[in-house]
Amino acid sequence: MSDTRPADPRQSNRTLLVKLVVVVVVMFGFGFMLVPFYDQLCKLTGLRDIDNSDRVENSQVDRARTVRLEFDANVHKLPWAFRPLAPVLSVHPGEVAQVVYEIENRTERPMTGQAIPSYGPQSAAAYFKKLDCFCFAKQSFGPHEKRQMPVVFVVDPKLPGDVNTISLSYTFFEVEGN
Amino acid sequence: MSSIPHDHAAGHGVDHEHADHPGGIMRWITTTNHKDIGTLYLWFSFIMFLVGGVMALAIRAELFQPGLQLVEPEFFNQLNTVHGLVMIFGAIMPAAVGFANWQVPLMIGAPDMAFARMNNWSFWLLPFAAVLLLSSFIVPGGAASAGWTLYPPLSVQTGMGMDLTIFAVHIMGASSIMGSINIITTILNMRAPGMTMMKMPLFVWTWLITAYLLIAVMPVLAGAVTMLLTDRHFGTSFFNAAGGGDPVLFQHIFWFFGHPEVYIMILPSFGIVSTIIPAFARKPLFGYASMVYATGSIAILSFLVWAHHMFTVGMAAAGQVFFMYVTMLIAVPTAVKVFNWVATMWKGSMTFETPMLFAIGFIFMFTVGGFTGLVLSLVPVDIVLHDTYYVVAHFHYVLVAGSLFAFFGGIYYWLPKWCGRMYDETLGKWHFWTSFVFFNVTFFPMHFLGLAGMPRRVPDYATQFTDWNEVASIGAFGFGLSQLIFLYAVLKAIRSGPPAPARPWEGSDTLEWTLPSPLPYHTFETPPQVS
Repeated sequence: MSDTRPADPRQSNRTLLVKLVVVVVVMFGFGFMLVPFYDQLCKLTGLRDIDNSDRVENSQVDRARTVRLEFDANVHKLPWAFRPLAPVLSVHPGEVAQVVYEIENRTERPMTGQAIPSYGPQSAAAYFKKLDCFCFAKQSFGPHEKRQMPVVFVVDPKLPGDVNTISLSYTFFEVEGN
Repeated sequence: MSSIPHDHAAGHGVDHEHADHPGGIMRWITTTNHKDIGTLYLWFSFIMFLVGGVMALAIRAELFQPGLQLVEPEFFNQLNTVHGLVMIFGAIMPAAVGFANWQVPLMIGAPDMAFARMNNWSFWLLPFAAVLLLSSFIVPGGAASAGWTLYPPLSVQTGMGMDLTIFAVHIMGASSIMGSINIITTILNMRAPGMTMMKMPLFVWTWLITAYLLIAVMPVLAGAVTMLLTDRHFGTSFFNAAGGGDPVLFQHIFWFFGHPEVYIMILPSFGIVSTIIPAFARKPLFGYASMVYATGSIAILSFLVWAHHMFTVGMAAAGQVFFMYVTMLIAVPTAVKVFNWVATMWKGSMTFETPMLFAIGFIFMFTVGGFTGLVLSLVPVDIVLHDTYYVVAHFHYVLVAGSLFAFFGGIYYWLPKWCGRMYDETLGKWHFWTSFVFFNVTFFPMHFLGLAGMPRRVPDYATQFTDWNEVASIGAFGFGLSQLIFLYAVLKAIRSGPPAPARPWEGSDTLEWTLPSPLPYHTFETPPQVS
């Protein structure tokens, strides 16, 4: 180890430069690889399966209890009309119910949107089981196309007793580049 | 651009004192000399430090009282964001690269950096990046205001200031990557005969490991901000929930960069402190090999703890527990370092010149910051303290009293060698003691504010937080003004300091002290023999 300098420093400097640049390029790619990696991880662990319908066990309908559901509809910077046909619904936990939304593209061009649900109270989200929903997929609308689309759901009878009202709020966002 | 000193055959060995470089501004624009480039990096970072400091003072002035007095909330958020970006990418990181440029070739007995022209380029990218970043204040919508972490959805929705910020981050990342490639190649290929890896000064070791961290994670940050850019303008949906993306994904990618970045900012400081302490304790560094291995362990562990920045995103409990334990594990190699510094001082013949004061101040306050980091690593505690002023106190203890204090110590330690003149010891001591006192007046009360529940990144607060905010604001202005002493001390030393001997510090033993003061323009063209 007496001579720590390589025989031809310019050449070995260049070799090392190439190797380090390869590391940089690989790590840049690695950042993008994290996207499908986390996607798969979330699928495997079930952390983020908001695009799939919930499984509902065959449970008793709790007729002794009534839960009031309030439906809200918003659009985010989107020239669409979006509203629930019935803004309020009362259901018994365990019973299959349905609410219909009306969506209209008010522009002259075809557009694609995605609805994102949110719940009030937040803790109710885990007990609001959606069997079918227009929010499971992107929705494409032609110019001035109007459609009615349902949400089929069951309120889990395990819903904590202090929750008597659940607000379900959808916001439609435009999905660009489609 | 043809007058590169090294390409002139006549320039070699003829006249070292008055090297054949162009004069005036062209010397600095065309330079490929590691000493010139080191100087450029250090002055650039000091200017950025003042720019970021003025933003910090504007923030503290607004927070002197509850309510909105001086700035609009939107502008406050922009100040907060750009303060963080300027201090991290403009001040701390370029300062560390400046030290590496000056010291790495000198400490390993190399004539210059391996890729001298690329070295010039990696510096001259920075002023342009800084202009891009700061010009975002005058575009419609103002500067980026989503916090320095640039979290979506805010960063996807704000105005064009964010685009300028993204490009600035790209350029600064490219600069760091080129600088790191240069440093790694210099260290691995250009050591003097006999300078084996385990004989390298610890500053060289810490920078070698830092450079590897940089080339591993800066490209990931570049990828993350590129995804932000395409989400903003090209219809992709990496982080846009409406298009099937996920904002939490950004946090995972960002902190894969962000946590190693924390060590990128502190490891060079560890190296500087490990150089200063033995010199003023007049004893060799205690546990050299364990210091090297501790630095390596910290670097490896830093890739495994990123999610402790995001305990509150709704992570599974198993994940929280894993990241909590690995985070606590990092305290072990860090404690090895602190133990070794203290053991180096133990029974040493210590004197307390300014560099030593900053090094000891570093150990004290970095340890405080390390302990609050351990407190925050506990999941249940973190859930309470997340995004409060406790976190602000924690990372300013490790970044300001940690990284920055070590850099101040390093400047006072090497300035006699670099410019051949001693600084004024009285001014240096004033700078240390005012900085030390005002730093603690500023940031210690933030622990109380955080524990009491004051959230960070807000221009207004509930009235019960007023007292400690007033104290912190007074401390901040004191700390800011103290840095003018530093500027004056450095300028005075350069212009009219008494001539420094070749080896002004009795206990110093690294290679640069075998050279005359001030350093000739070219050094170690014939490599020294290390025994």
